[in-house]
Amino acid sequence: MTGRGTPDRRERVSSAVVAAAFGVSALGAAGFAAVYATGGQTQLEGLTLAVAFAGIAVGLSVWARRLLPTGGYVEEHEPFDSPPADLRLAAEALTGPESPVRRRGLLAMLGLALGALAGAALFPLRSLLPFDRQRPARALRTTPWAAGVRLVRADGTPVRPADVPDGTVLTVFPQGHRSRGDVPAFAVRLDPARFTAPPPGGTVAGVVVYSLLCTHAGCPVALYLQGTARVLCPCHQSTFDLLAGARPVAGPAARPLPGLPITVDVEGYLVATGDFTAPPGAGFWSLR
Amino acid sequence: MITRWLSGRLARSLDDRLRVAPVLRRALAKVFPDHWSFMFGEIALYSFVVLVLTGVFLTLFFEPSTADTVYSGAYAPLDGSRTSAAYASTVRLSFDVRAGLLMRQTHHWSALLFVGAIVLHLLRVFFTGAYRRPREINWLIGVTMLALALFNGFTGYSIPDDLLSGTGLRILYSVTQSIPLVGEWLVFLAAGGEFPTAELVPRMFVSHVLLVPAVLAALIAAHLGILLRQKHSQFPGPGRTENNVVGSRFWPSYTVRTLALFAWVLAVAFALGGLAQINPVWIYGPFDPAQAISPAQPDWYVAWGDGALRLFPAVEFRVFGRLVPSPFLPGVVFGGLTFAGLYLWPFLERRRRRRRDRLAHQLLDPPRAHPARIGFGVGVLALFAVLLAAAADDILARILRLPVLHVLSILRVLALALPVSAGVVAYLVARALRAGGGRGIGELTRSDVRSAMRFGSRAGGVSTGVGDPSPVATAEPAAGSHDAARIELWRDPDGLWRWRYRDAVVVLAASQAYRSRPEAERAAATAYGDLPAREVAPSGGRTGEPAAMRERAGRIAGRAGGYLALAAVALWRGRRARRRPPP
Repeated sequence: MTGRGTPDRRERVSSAVVAAAFGVSALGAAGFAAVYATGGQTQLEGLTLAVAFAGIAVGLSVWARRLLPTGGYVEEHEPFDSPPADLRLAAEALTGPESPVRRRGLLAMLGLALGALAGAALFPLRSLLPFDRQRPARALRTTPWAAGVRLVRADGTPVRPADVPDGTVLTVFPQGHRSRGDVPAFAVRLDPARFTAPPPGGTVAGVVVYSLLCTHAGCPVALYLQGTARVLCPCHQSTFDLLAGARPVAGPAARPLPGLPITVDVEGYLVATGDFTAPPGAGFWSLR
Repeated sequence: MITRWLSGRLARSLDDRLRVAPVLRRALAKVFPDHWSFMFGEIALYSFVVLVLTGVFLTLFFEPSTADTVYSGAYAPLDGSRTSAAYASTVRLSFDVRAGLLMRQTHHWSALLFVGAIVLHLLRVFFTGAYRRPREINWLIGVTMLALALFNGFTGYSIPDDLLSGTGLRILYSVTQSIPLVGEWLVFLAAGGEFPTAELVPRMFVSHVLLVPAVLAALIAAHLGILLRQKHSQFPGPGRTENNVVGSRFWPSYTVRTLALFAWVLAVAFALGGLAQINPVWIYGPFDPAQAISPAQPDWYVAWGDGALRLFPAVEFRVFGRLVPSPFLPGVVFGGLTFAGLYLWPFLERRRRRRRDRLAHQLLDPPRAHPARIGFGVGVLALFAVLLAAAADDILARILRLPVLHVLSILRVLALALPVSAGVVAYLVARALRAGGGRGIGELTRSDVRSAMRFGSRAGGVSTGVGDPSPVATAEPAAGSHDAARIELWRDPDGLWRWRYRDAVVVLAASQAYRSRPEAERAAATAYGDLPAREVAPSGGRTGEPAAMRERAGRIAGRAGGYLALAAVALWRGRRARRRPPP
């Protein structure tokens, strides 16, 4: 530190900077308190707190750089192989005559007891599974869609084939099961003459219905590309061709969207004639 | 004066009860190496502190439940709408709790800083070979903390139950579900049923605020405890050996510097939290399994996984007639390989050497010393950079005005080509640098690179072995200074012995004083082997300094206190003046 120009002046300037920085910090803290007390405002709160901490940061940084020595010290670093005598003594202490390590039989029984406890402790994990004791594969494979279940809009109103608009898709749900994760489907009107493969769920007056959930990772395939009659998943850009039985044509999805078999009931509303033609959403091991 | 007397009293009364002086003396004299790259770990630590502080605030207002509730509050667009309690309380926390939005955004930003600092710290440790024996345990702990940080970040931004994170959660559910044999059971165990379940938010909440932070805190303690025991590694340099640490002392230099860094982290976190909007869940809306949001990107530290899901081709296959769904390879296998590779790297590298490297290393490798390591590391980094870009392919498509599927094809080619080419370039540059000695990348000539590409011959001093230790940047002090290097010992007027290392380039003072000459000699011999040691006359140098420093510090504290007092008086008088009724 000493012997560099005029140390006193340098030092005086530095300590003045440090003191000023701490002063600014105190002002920042007071500013934060004031902003909070007068109703709060997120940007000002953040700014004043940041000034308060930055003042301390600047002060301490200048203090460390200008007023404290940097480097120039050395500390010995003893190697990590213990002296042989220590090793021997430690081993003796661990395995001495009254050491529990020597009681093989007792240790084996203790091990058995702890192992049994550990095994038993796994059983309460079962409580994490659903309460209705439904097997996952069965739950994943089935949905509330069944023969005679009406297709309804998000607001619960039933849908006639004529209600399905041209040029866009209509999200539909099974009546009474609006918020379940595996039920969303969409109805879309297509020209049957353009079909290159028959829709798996059949068609009623040009209306076809498919599961809304991408067969890759289960996101809703919410983007409809009208001209090519394709739907696109916003998550990973899987694309399905609705004219070819919702076959995947791009992106990471490998299975077509399941179709929903439909018909119209006596009142003219669209109803399902069964569950989806395949389990909706992402794949799983039990899916054959 | 008063503070000195007070701290003296406090220290003495503590010592009477705990006998801390012998430990404290050594702890205060602990030497930290001076290099900027050693700060990343500290930044991660301080980000964790910010996360805990702001997180505690958030838990006081957040409701971890998906029960139906009606939001009523200051945010007009959602006022009166039915949402889950988790979502409603997040919006309330952002708009109706004073300073709530600041805390929430600071919490989110600190999480990004936390993972960023961990990754930079990991890269520093990787490229300098700091994970080698004896530091493998800390490498394993560090990788575990990275995994926990990623997981906790994910649960953290998923619990508000908004549309964006709900979609992300569904993707993670699908990826877990894709694991052969156990996937379906795993997701039902974790979520308590078919997605979405009411149990998911409370379970993630407990994991986010209790389980994972507790494990992280324990691992941080272990990480630091092992660091203290093993001491820091250091870059090679004059006076530095495998048996010493050269740098600044913990007290006072590093204490002040590290507190400054803590304050910087707090300042940056709160500045970002106040000024930069992050995760505006009120714009995304509440989660609905039938709705999607576009464009949809996760936080950056899990985006590589999302990018892998987007890039990987649609590959599904059947084993024994059972389905292995398409997210399995890019999601589970790739993620698993990434972390398995991280965990196993120190042991894989050790095995690959011709002579198994069983030595303890305190001196770091300059990155160029191991072209194979740097080539591999840069290649992997390039792959992850492409995956990060792939997670934003829909945004890239919008910016480049290209169909998103074209962008996808380009990125697929890049994901294969870029890692290989970047790795090869890094490998060759490192070889050229290693052969040419201590010059930077900018000074490399074409002939350097050409000679680096010549394999099999030892022409031009290029070493052929890919993994053998660097012949250039060696552990020993430079040959020229070695002759002049010596240890100087002296006895100070206070009766304590001190020593210093001196060569043509540096003078390094021993960090602590010793009560006897043999003690000092033993320490010097540990640090420098059998360098010649001789006694010299005591010099003013280092020993005179602390008093002057203390005086300076006292003056600064006094002045700061004075300004504070002045400001307080001014404020108080101002208030009084305002309160006083007008005459």
